[in-house]
Parts: sequence; structure tokens; C-alpha cells
Amino acid sequence: MSKPRTIIQKVWDNHVVAQQEGAPALLYIDLHLVHEVTSPQAFEGLRQRGLKVRQPSRTIATTDHSIPTTPRSLPIVDPIAATQVAKLESNCKEFGIPCFGFHSENQGIVHVMGPELGLTQPGMTVVCGDSHTATHGAFGALAFGIGTSQVEHVLATQCLLQQPSQSYEVRVDGVLKPGVTAKDIILALIARIGIGGGTASVFEYRGTAISSLSMEERMTVCNMSIEGGARAGLIAPDDTTYEYIHGRRFAPQGEAWDAAVARWRMLPTDEGAAYDKSIVIDANSLEPMITYGTNPGMGIAISQPVPTPDAGKDAIERDSIRKALDYMALEGGKPLLGHPVNVVFIGSCTNSRMSDLRQAAAILKGRKVSPSVRTMVVPGSQEVKRQAEAEGLHEVFRAAGAEWREAGCSMCIAMNGDQLAPGEYCVSTSNRNFEGRQGKGGRTFLASPLTAAASAIQGSIADVRSIL
Amino acid sequence: MIPFTTLTSRILPLPIDNIDTDQIIPARFLKTISKEGLDRNLFCDWRYHEDGSERADFILNQPEAQGAQILLAGDNFGCGSSREHAPWALTQFGFRAILSSSFADIFRGNALKNSLLPVVISEDVKQELFALRQKDAGVEVSIDLESQTLTLPDGRQVEFPVDPFSKYCLLNGVDELGYLVKHEAEIAAWEARQPWALNTLGA
Ligand code: SF4
Repeated sequence: MSKPRTIIQKVWDNHVVAQQEGAPALLYIDLHLVHEVTSPQAFEGLRQRGLKVRQPSRTIATTDHSIPTTPRSLPIVDPIAATQVAKLESNCKEFGIPCFGFHSENQGIVHVMGPELGLTQPGMTVVCGDSHTATHGAFGALAFGIGTSQVEHVLATQCLLQQPSQSYEVRVDGVLKPGVTAKDIILALIARIGIGGGTASVFEYRGTAISSLSMEERMTVCNMSIEGGARAGLIAPDDTTYEYIHGRRFAPQGEAWDAAVARWRMLPTDEGAAYDKSIVIDANSLEPMITYGTNPGMGIAISQPVPTPDAGKDAIERDSIRKALDYMALEGGKPLLGHPVNVVFIGSCTNSRMSDLRQAAAILKGRKVSPSVRTMVVPGSQEVKRQAEAEGLHEVFRAAGAEWREAGCSMCIAMNGDQLAPGEYCVSTSNRNFEGRQGKGGRTFLASPLTAAASAIQGSIADVRSIL
Repeated sequence: MIPFTTLTSRILPLPIDNIDTDQIIPARFLKTISKEGLDRNLFCDWRYHEDGSERADFILNQPEAQGAQILLAGDNFGCGSSREHAPWALTQFGFRAILSSSFADIFRGNALKNSLLPVVISEDVKQELFALRQKDAGVEVSIDLESQTLTLPDGRQVEFPVDPFSKYCLLNGVDELGYLVKHEAEIAAWEARQPWALNTLGA
């Protein structure tokens, strides 16, 4: 019998085109997602070298990072952003790549769009010039974020040069308590291992708490693999996965569907396969999580006090905590609960799908957001927006006093004018709390949509469990 | 790609762990469609006051930092987004190498593709260099890629790891796309064997 393999190894083995001694493997890429920010220099590179896009049929583009979330009938006011968006559309036209652009009804954050169209499928290799490509791992795909040089490589050759990764088992067993979500699982993992903890690794999330998650929740978990330092993160496909994909626009149909499912069923990790590293998380004991500092590893259970710099293991880490508390204007030892906030942002490729919006709406329904808080709800895609409106969620948000906007990255990255003012505090469902990430001088608390919605109502950091 | 062989330079210290790409080059400068002009905004939010004037207390603005081609940084340098704008900004500013106890994966790969050498050193060597630099802003170190050695100011040599393929590319100024394109026949053969297809153009 052959040696038991992890799903990570299987997907890898299935895609090695060539492997020379002392060189990285040429890995074939099944799906390449492209967006406006990290692609223009890659297309320019192709032009300079006189190269074509090898497989336009495995490539698809959308625009998400720099576009406004104001009504689509309005033009893009920022001339630099407008140029970038126009450049994507003209590059796609020139190279024959399908593009769901600014006015497309399929436009969306690239990691929301791919899965909802059925483009992301189990066992695939997926890349995008964006570090949150790991999101697609929720389907049992090996999905890497890549730089612009590599975007050019994949456009030209449909291959990526890649060194093998270590396998890192993240086992989450148990049952989540009310008020605790997929976002809290991933924030808890990153708080435990630190933001460099998964360097050179691919996470495989497994265990009973993972298999009972919906596909959207699995995407939330896999999305933040990069915040744990990993190259990718994935979850073996199961019936939940197949059910989600079935019937979507780019999913296999008819006989091809049956053949695909038969192939996908071979993917899960074999009994007895060894991992390079493992960690176990007890879902039963998790609380809602929130970050207090300036990297996603600086997270605590919401009932806990903010750590003091002495919690650092060495001088540099103590200094990092001091610097973070200074930037956040927080005091070590004090609780975060009740800390005033100025803005609540519900959106981003981490938490902008239907289930996220439904959770936020369930909290906001029949309530009002605090008059001192600006609350923004930004759906992940035009499709999510349509579906949410069909369910009347937009009415719930508006009635509560929140803004209901057009799809895009928005205040996750603050490239499009949706941004914090210096010194403002924001509870955000996005994935990064680096200094200035949501606007120069802005201060971010990362949390789940439930915590975000509860905090919007209270006007300060709130424990959603108190109002469930 | 410009070849990288040896480098002797003063060092610019940033003793901060987890320096992320949003600090190296904030996202608002990524709306560009070219690679140029990013150096001006390297470490922008640490480097300038609100009114655009330089912060005298930030190391990049200090006279003894000028001309340093080696950055010495805390653990997990370059974490965060995949933006290649980060190594573009660093190289345009004049950096050719970065010393740290560890690098984030995507940043390391991006740096290597831009002839910016990430040199992994031990925690002890890192602390020693921070201390030496604090005492004397003029201290220099040398990097020799061929022998994979870093020569410290007192002449001691420490080895650092580089994968053989990246080393070959850097020493010879070869870029990876050239290598990939040479595998055309194998790529075509692999595609022919694939039992299923995806068609983003259809549906
Ligand atoms: S929502 Fe945020 S993290 Fe996700 S792709 Fe957009 S900018 Fe990146």
C-alpha cells in the first residue's frame, strides 16, 4: 500500500508539472483570479516580453480594492483609481480574459466572487495576487496569495514555481457556544500561535467543530490563514462542500458532476498520514474574540483585560506591545468591554457573505445603532447584495441607522475613500489591524459580525452574549 | 534582474517585530499602474508628519542612515499583504539586502524576484548587530552570496541559508519567468493529460 498522504500532499502531487533537482516545482494552476491592484505591472511585463496569456479560460478578473462603494450610477471620482480600474478592463480585453468589472452584475471581492460562481472547486490549485487567496481553501483547494511577478508567471505559463510547504494540522473539536463564530475560531488560533506561527506551512483545519461549519463559515476560517503566517489553509471537501457547489454557474454539470464528485472524494487526508506540526483547539471553551493591538495575533477573549507589556517574552516583544498600546491609546490591564468606538465596519472577504449579514441583521433588527457610531455594511459582491435585498436585510440595516453600500473591499483596506479619520476607533469584521490599515491613524479592533453589530448598538465594545 | 553577488554597507536598524507591508508601503499608494515612484512613500506613516514634513526622530530621516543599503529588522519582516510594491519601494530607496531573524513567506519570495536579498540571521546575531549599530552608526557588514556568508564588523563570519535555485537566479541575474517558459513542452503535456477542464469563458 502506498504511504498515507495529507490532502495538502495529494493536491500538490496532482499538479507537479516538472521538478528539477535543486529547483522549486512547477505547479500547474487551475484557476487564476486577477484584480486591479496587483495586475497592471504584470500585464505590462507580458507586453514588454511579447507574451500572451496562456490560458484565458482558467483566468478571470474583477475589480474590488480601489472602487468606491457609493451607488454604481456615480462615476469613480478618484482619477488614479479610475485609471487603475480602466486599465484592468483594457488589459483584460487586450489579453482575452473575462472580466467582471465595475458595472458587472457579478462584480465582487475576488474571494467572494470565485466561490459564489462555482469557480473554486475541490482539489484545485488557485492563485491570486492577493494574500487572502487562502479563502478558497475552504473547498479543499490549495490556494496561494502571490506577488505581481508571479501573477505575470502564471498569466504567461499557467504555472507557479513553488517550494513544498510543511503541513500543519489545526484540529478544532467541540461545539461553539452561542455568540461564538467561525471568526472567533481563527482569531483564537492566531492569538495562540502568533502571526508568524504558520510560516512555511499550509494549515489543514479539521475536527468536529470545523466539519460542522457551513461553507461560508469555512471561508472565514481559511481566509485568515495568512494572518497566522501560513502560505495557505484548507479544509477537506465533504457533502457540505458538494452541496454548496452543485448547480453554480461554473460547476461541472451532469455526468461531469458525478465524475468530479468521485474525484473529490479521494482528496481527504488518509488515515495515518503524518503532519509536520499540529495544534488542538477546544471549541467548547472559546469566547468571542477581539484584537486590542496592531497585528492580528494581538487578540484576547472579549471578557479579558488588555495585556500589559510585561506579557512579552523578550525586549522586542515587550516593546511591540508597548508600541501597539501607544498607537491604540489603550492601557494594559484594563478591559476592552465598554471602550467607545466611532465606526463599525461589517464587510471584507472575511465576513461579507450572506450568513455574516444575516447574523448582523439578527442583532440589529428592531434596534438602533448608537448615534455616536457610523455603521457601514458592505456586501462582498453584487450577488450577495441582491440576495440580501431579496431577504430585506438592507431594510433592517437602514432602519437601525446603518449604511448599506455597494460591493467592494471598502474600509478593509481604505484605498477607495472609505476610511477612518486619525484617532478613530473601529470594530471591524475584516482581517487586518495593522497601523493605518483602515486609514492613516485609524485604530482597528477585529471581531466577528455579531460582536460588531452589538458594539454598534452599544456605541462601545460589547459582548454580544449579553443581548442574545 | 540585476545580479547580486557581494555587498558591503552600513546598516539601517528597525528593531520592531512583525513590520507589515502596510507600514512598508501603505495601501493608498497602490492605486498606481506602474512600479515607479514608490520610494518616496516607503514607511510613509512613520516617516512623515501629517503636513508632509519629515519626522526627525525616524531613522530613515537621519543623516547617518543615508546611503545604507542593508536594513536590519525585527522578527517576521514583511508580514501581511502580497503587494510586491513593498520590495519595489525598498529597492527604489536603495536597499539591496535585509537582515532579520525571519521573514514572511510571500514577502521573501517577492524580494528574491527583485534582487533584494533576505538574509536570515540568528536571534543572537540580530541582537548583537542592533547593539553594535546603536553604539556606532558607521558599522558595516558584508554579504557574500556565493559563499552564503555574512561578515560581521569584527570579522567573524556567519552563514545564512538561501535555496539553490534563488541563489543561482540572483548570482546570474536570471529571472524565473525565463526558466518557466523553457518548460513549455512539459506544461503542454501536463495539460493534455488533464482529465477535466475549467472554462471561465463559458457558462
Ligand atoms: S476585502 Fe480586504 S483582505 Fe479581502 S481582498 Fe479586499 S482588501 Fe484584501
